[in-house]
Amino acid sequence: MNTRDDAVLEARDVTIRYGEQAAVKNVNLSIYEKKITAIIGPSGCGKSTLLRSLNRMNDFIEHVTQDGEILYRNTNLYGEGVDPVEVRLHMGMVFQRPNPFPKSIFRNVAWGPTINGLPGDINLRVERALKQAALWNEVKDRLNDSALNLSGGQQQRLCIARALAMEPEVILMDEPCSALDPVSTSRIEDLLFELKQNYTIVIVTHNMQQASRVSDYTAFMENGSLIEYGDTDQVFTRPKQKRTEDYVTGRFG
Amino acid sequence: MNTMTLLTTSKYRWGEAILRQLFFLCALISVLTTVIVIGILAVETSSFFQQVSITDFLFGTEWRPMLEPKAYGILPLLGGTMLIVVGSSIVALPVGLACAVYLSEYASDRARNIIKPVLEVLAGIPTVVYGYFAISFVTPGLRFVFDDVQIFNAASAAIVVGIMVLPMVASLCDDALRSVPLSLREGAYSVGATSYEVTARVVVPAALSGIFAAFVLAVSRAIGETMAVTLAAGATPNLTLNPLESIQTMTAYIVQVSLGDTPSGGLAYKTLFAVASVLFTITLVMNLLANKVMRKYQEVYE
Amino acid sequence: MKTSPSSNGESLGHRSASLRRRHLIAALFKALCIGFTLFAVSVLGLLIAQVGADGLPWLDTQFLNNFPSRFPEKAGIKSALYGTLWVVSLTALIALPMGVLAAIYLEDYAPASRLTRVIEINIANLAGVPSIVYGILGLAIFVRFFGLERSVLAGAMTMSLLILPVIIISSKEAIRAVPSSIRLAAYAVGATQWQVVRSHVLPAAIPGILTGVILALSRAIGETAPLIMIGALTYVAFTPEGPMDEFTALPIQIFNWASRPQAEFHELAAAGIIVLLVVLLTMNALAVFIRYKGTQK
Ligand SMILES: Nc1ncnc2c1ncn2[C@@H]1O[C@H](COP(=O)(O)OP(=O)(O)O)[C@@H](O)[C@H]1O
Ligand SMILES: [Mg+2]
Repeated sequence: MNTRDDAVLEARDVTIRYGEQAAVKNVNLSIYEKKITAIIGPSGCGKSTLLRSLNRMNDFIEHVTQDGEILYRNTNLYGEGVDPVEVRLHMGMVFQRPNPFPKSIFRNVAWGPTINGLPGDINLRVERALKQAALWNEVKDRLNDSALNLSGGQQQRLCIARALAMEPEVILMDEPCSALDPVSTSRIEDLLFELKQNYTIVIVTHNMQQASRVSDYTAFMENGSLIEYGDTDQVFTRPKQKRTEDYVTGRFG
Repeated sequence: MNTMTLLTTSKYRWGEAILRQLFFLCALISVLTTVIVIGILAVETSSFFQQVSITDFLFGTEWRPMLEPKAYGILPLLGGTMLIVVGSSIVALPVGLACAVYLSEYASDRARNIIKPVLEVLAGIPTVVYGYFAISFVTPGLRFVFDDVQIFNAASAAIVVGIMVLPMVASLCDDALRSVPLSLREGAYSVGATSYEVTARVVVPAALSGIFAAFVLAVSRAIGETMAVTLAAGATPNLTLNPLESIQTMTAYIVQVSLGDTPSGGLAYKTLFAVASVLFTITLVMNLLANKVMRKYQEVYE
Repeated sequence: MKTSPSSNGESLGHRSASLRRRHLIAALFKALCIGFTLFAVSVLGLLIAQVGADGLPWLDTQFLNNFPSRFPEKAGIKSALYGTLWVVSLTALIALPMGVLAAIYLEDYAPASRLTRVIEINIANLAGVPSIVYGILGLAIFVRFFGLERSVLAGAMTMSLLILPVIIISSKEAIRAVPSSIRLAAYAVGATQWQVVRSHVLPAAIPGILTGVILALSRAIGETAPLIMIGALTYVAFTPEGPMDEFTALPIQIFNWASRPQAEFHELAAAGIIVLLVVLLTMNALAVFIRYKGTQK
C-alpha cells in the first residue's frame, strides 16, 4: 500500500454490535487523504454500519455498542470529551436515498453553515457548493423553489452540495447512486473525480464497475469482517484472498 | 341448459344485491344523521329568528332568556366558550406538543411503552370525572393561590379541559412527527445540527400541517366539551376576560335548559337550538378544516 | 476552490463557546419535553389519588345495593349501575351490526364514486361533532318525535348514533388489514362477494372489529351530556325491567352528586367514579385480551 499517503481516518479493531449481534467485527482500516476509498461487499455485510461509525451516525440507533477506536488525525472520535456535532463538521455524509429538507434549494445548502455560524458570505458559499456539485446551472434561477420539486438525480446532487457547503475534510457516501438512473449516476461519478482534488471520499457501493472506475483503494467486507483492503487495481485484478476473487469475479466477470 | 344457468345466476345475484343494498343503507345512516341534525337545527333556529332578530342574537352582549327583561345576545356564551378555549389551549397545546416531541424524538422504546398507555387511559377517562377533578382539586388549589377566585370559575374548567384534550394533541402530533422520514433527521444531523435544531427546525416544520390539524381538533373538542365546564365554570352568562370569574359556555347553557322543565315549543326552548346551531357550525367548520389538512399531509409522505 | 477550511481544524475536543451554548439549548429543550411529559403522566396519578381518597371510604356493598337518596349515608348507585348496563347492552345490539355492515360496504362493496367519498368524509366529521349535539338529536327524534320518552331505548339509540362513526372507522381499519390475497384466492375458486366477506374477510377481521367496538362502547359508558339532554337526570329508585323503562346511568348519578354543594355528596361522586372506572377498566381489559388472542392466531 502506498505509504506516502497520509491516513486521515484510522479504524482500529472496530467491532459494532446491534444488541448482541455483531455487524462489524474487528475491522482495521485506514482512509487516506484526498483519495477515494470504496467499500464493497454483499448486502448486509456491515458496510453502512462501518461507514456510519465514521461520523458517529450510529449514536442515534438504540442498543448499538462499539469497541475499538476510530482515530481522526490521532484523536479518537469516540474518546471522552469529543462532541459528535463537531465530528460531523469534519465528516460530511451523503445518503443512499436523496433526503433534501422540505425547504427551498437555497435553504437546503445554507442551513448547515448557518446554524454552525461558518464564516464568510452565505450566498457565495451556497453558490460555490452548488457549482462544485455541478448543479448550479440547473438551479441558479430558482434557488427559492422547493427542493422537493427537483428530479431524483438533482436532489442527490443537492445533498452533495449540502455536504460540500460545510467544507468538511471527509465525505462519506452510502450507495449514493443506488436510487438513480444511469445518466445521473455517471454525472455523480464524474463529480467524484472533481471532488477528489479537495476532499477525502469514502464510498459504499454495491456496483463493482463503479468501485473499480472511481476509487483508489477498495475494501472488501463479508459478514462484518474486512477480508481484503488494497489498491483498487490490485483488489480487482490480483486479489490476495480467494473470497475476494470469488466475489469480484462473480459480480464483475 | 343455458337458460337454467342464467336463472340460477340471477337468483344468486338477487340475494347478493339485497345484501348490498342493506350494507349501503347502514353506511347511509351517517349521512342521514347529519342531514337530520342540520334539518332540526335549521327549522328550530329559523323559527327562533322569527321572534328574535339575527343581529340581536349574534351581537347582543346580554344573555337573559329566562328573566325579565329578556335578552338574547349570544356573545356572553361565546365569550365564555372562548375563555375555556384559550385557557385549555395554553395547557394542552404546548404540553401536548412537548409530549409528542419527547415520545417521537427522545423516548426509548421502553419509556414509550409506558407513556403511550398512560396517555390512552387519560384520553379514555369520562369528562364527568374531569369535572369532578376540577371542583374537588383544581378549584380549591386556585383558591389557595389566588385571593378572589369564585367557587365556579373559568380557569379551573379551562385547566381541566386542557388536561382532557392533551392526550389527543400528544397522540396526533406524535403521529405527525413520526411520519417525517428518519432520513430527514439524519440529513440534518450530518451537517452538524444539535438534537434541538433537528427537532425544532427540520422535523417540526416538516410535520407542521399535521400539528396544525391536531391543534384545530383540540380547539374543536374544547368548544364542544360539556360536563367539565358545566360542573366547574358555573352558569353565569358573563361577558368577561377574567378567568377567575364564573361564566357560562354554550354547552353549559344547553345543559342548563334541558335540566329545567322548559316547555317545548316556547321561545326559551328554541334558544337551545339556536345556541346548538352556533356550536355545531363552529365545530363542523373546524373539523372539516382539520380533516382536510390531515388528508393532505398523509398524501405527502405516502 | 476551497477557500475557508474553517472547520478543517486538525483537532477535535475544543468546543467553541457557541457550540457549548447550542448544546445547552438542546439539553434544556429536552428537559422541557421530559418535564411536560412527566406532568401529563403525573396528572393521572393525581386524579386517581384524589378519587381514591374521597371515594374509597364510601365504597361498600350498601353503596352498590342502595338506590339514590337525599341522605348521603343511605345513597347508593344500584339504579345507575343497572341503567348503564342496560343502555350499553342495547347500544351494542344496535350499533354493532350497523357499524360493521357499513364498514363492510365501504371497504368491500362501495364503488369509487362521489357518494362514497361524501359518506367517508361525513363519517370522519361526525366523529368530531360534540356529544351534546347528539343529545339534541336524540331529544328531538327519539324522545319527542317517536315518543320513546326517557326510556332506555331512547338513550341507547342516541348513544348508537354517537358511537357509530367510531365503530365504522375502526372496523374499516380492521377489514382493510385483511390481506387482499385472501380475497383473491377465494374469488378464484368461484365464491360470490358475500361468501368471500362472510367466510374469509370477517373471520380474519373480527378481533380488530371487536376491539374497536369495545373501545367505542366504553366511550358510550362515560358519555353524560347526551343522556342529560334526553332527560335521564331524574330521581330513579328502581332498576329498569325492559327497554321502555326510565333509567339513570353512572355518569349521570356522578354528575348529580358532584353538582351538589355538600362535601358528602362530592365523596359519593368519587365513589361512583370508582365504580365507573372499574367498569371501564374491565371493558378495556377485555379489549386487550381480544387483541392479544387475535395476534396469537
Ligand atoms: N438498526 C439496526 N438494528 C439492528 N440490526 C441492524 C440495524 N441496521 C443494520 N443491522 C444489521 O447489521 C448488519 C449489517 O447491516 P448494514 O451495515 O446495513 O449492511 P450493508 O450496508 O452492508 O448492507 C445486517 O445484518 C443488518 O441486519
Ligand atoms: Mg447499506
